[in-house]
Amino acid sequence: MASLGRIVSSRHFWPLLVFVLTLLLLRHLSTDFFSISDGRVYGSLVDVFVRGSQVMLLALGMTLVIATGGIDLSVGAVMAISGAMSAWLLTAHEASAGVAIAGGLGVGAVCGLWNGALVAWFGLQPIIATLILMTAGRGIAQLITDGTIITFHHAAFEALGKGYALGVPISVWLVLGMLLVIGAVVDWTNLRLSIESIGSNATASRVAGVPVARVRLLVYVVSGLCAGLAGLINAANIAAADANNAGLYLELDAILAVVIGGAALSGGRFSLTGALVGALVVQGLTTTILTSDVSVHATRVVKAVVVVLVCLLQSPAFRARLQRMIRRRP
Amino acid sequence: MRKMLLTTMTVSLVGLWACAPATTDAPPPPVVSAPAIDGPADSAPAQKLTLGFAQVGAESDWRKANTESIKAEAEKRGHELKFSDAQQKQENQIKAIRSFIAQGVDVIAFAPVVETGWDAVLAEAKAANIPVILSDRTINTQDETLYTAFVGSDFREEGRRAGKWLAEKTNGEASILELQGTPGSAPANERKAGFAEAIADFPNMKIVKSQTGEFTRAMGKEVMEAFLKTPEGQGATALYAHNDDMAIGAIQAIEAAGKKPGQDIVIVSVDGVKDAFLAIQEGKLNCTVECNPLLGPPIFDLAEKLVAGEQVPKITYSEEGVFDENNYADVINDRKY
Repeated sequence: MASLGRIVSSRHFWPLLVFVLTLLLLRHLSTDFFSISDGRVYGSLVDVFVRGSQVMLLALGMTLVIATGGIDLSVGAVMAISGAMSAWLLTAHEASAGVAIAGGLGVGAVCGLWNGALVAWFGLQPIIATLILMTAGRGIAQLITDGTIITFHHAAFEALGKGYALGVPISVWLVLGMLLVIGAVVDWTNLRLSIESIGSNATASRVAGVPVARVRLLVYVVSGLCAGLAGLINAANIAAADANNAGLYLELDAILAVVIGGAALSGGRFSLTGALVGALVVQGLTTTILTSDVSVHATRVVKAVVVVLVCLLQSPAFRARLQRMIRRRP
Repeated sequence: MRKMLLTTMTVSLVGLWACAPATTDAPPPPVVSAPAIDGPADSAPAQKLTLGFAQVGAESDWRKANTESIKAEAEKRGHELKFSDAQQKQENQIKAIRSFIAQGVDVIAFAPVVETGWDAVLAEAKAANIPVILSDRTINTQDETLYTAFVGSDFREEGRRAGKWLAEKTNGEASILELQGTPGSAPANERKAGFAEAIADFPNMKIVKSQTGEFTRAMGKEVMEAFLKTPEGQGATALYAHNDDMAIGAIQAIEAAGKKPGQDIVIVSVDGVKDAFLAIQEGKLNCTVECNPLLGPPIFDLAEKLVAGEQVPKITYSEEGVFDENNYADVINDRKY
């Protein structure tokens, strides 16, 4: 009984449970839930991971930023910029896929550096610092695309969003790769400790000798890079850079994913896998709703209700109250 | 659909976005005068007039084509155009209209950013005896005399035409998937209603699945992907998308599912942008119903009549074509947007 209690109160339990339940429902609704044809995986389950890859990438970067007590509102706009940059390189300069990818990632990293500099060096509030790029970023992307949707045809680049390697979509490999790289760096160095201590108490960390500014700068750059990669996948997926709509409001989904994953917005402890589970909960709901017959006007409400439920179940205060109610029953 | 929680609040702002749903923010630019040419070059010798035009912004290819049409027509007819870009902000548009009144232009035309909140500034224009033309979007007001005329698209008729075309193409027999625009927006509501009207006469035409693709390519693709994994979706023979971008996204999803867009599934959409014509050329899209952005000629037709003191109709719908494999080649090379 005690061990069951420990499982139930684990940070990942409720989001994982909701995700599994969602998948069961999706399996019931879908005619192609999972299959392997021509050596490739196919089906609704695959769609959840492929469509969720963008928010998963954003959530990886976002969880580091949030763990330092910051927030990055600009990731959606950065996606638009990186997609626009790579599409512009592909069309206006007939660049190779490698150059386009480097360009997109580079511009994402520069955006992250800008955010990081404002926060770490000039002491701006993270919400304000990243709000600047959130509003201006889409304008920058439109300057690059000249206000139009740039359509391109480039098989190698489009593989980022549509291609497969070893039968698994490349976008899923990219998420896995990013998870392993970030996970390895934070756990094999003392970076996790530094990030969590900054999020808990920045002043004490500085006094204790943690390079606060450098770590902060780093997490925003990583977030920018993740957003850049998500932007490339977004553009590759539709073979076009849509500066108006690419990544629109995805910063909110990413923050939601991190919170569902069990992190506190005030900073401190973080879990990379938790953030990924959070992103999958959000995408699993979306795909299930699209597969079901929920009416257009009800879809947002359905999503909101489930999200509120997950967040409540994770709240110790809510759980304590629930337990008291159950115990009181004769 | 990715848009969560907070976005419901912003939907009302996107509401009126006709043929492309998006916004940007940037500092408001000053009102500028386009260079005017002295004397009409070739058209009928109409009285030279000054028209103030307050544009929404430059949020889409459609809007850019709209702006260019108005500027080109002013130059062609030798009228003076005072053009203001409101960058998606109502206060900028109100400021521009006030400055047009102060400058004493002959006619004011504008594409309202939002539906409400125009009564005060339009009353000022009315008091100054300047006629007002609404371009491509309507406003909500108790007092219909505050504006003189509306020129633009009939979204419902676009939906009807799409339905009629599909009924002819499929001999009145189709299981239809529908990709709706942004929920609550006028083009989405009207295009849905018009299509439903048109297919109501055909008992064997049924919409089997309907979801919103938010007018974007990415969502069009994602929703179609999900549709194709449902029993209804697998049996579907036709797709109706409220704009071309969603249809273009859906085409990719159909291909990924191993079906042939344009053959296994007949596709009809609305807008008539360049990429849609290219898709028709490739045989992947079957039909696009035009939503014409070239409003320069009808606006100046109305303005000339107003200045000459003639009566004008309250509503003028723009001329719009229906393009499929038979006639797309006539216009594909001239299509700029």
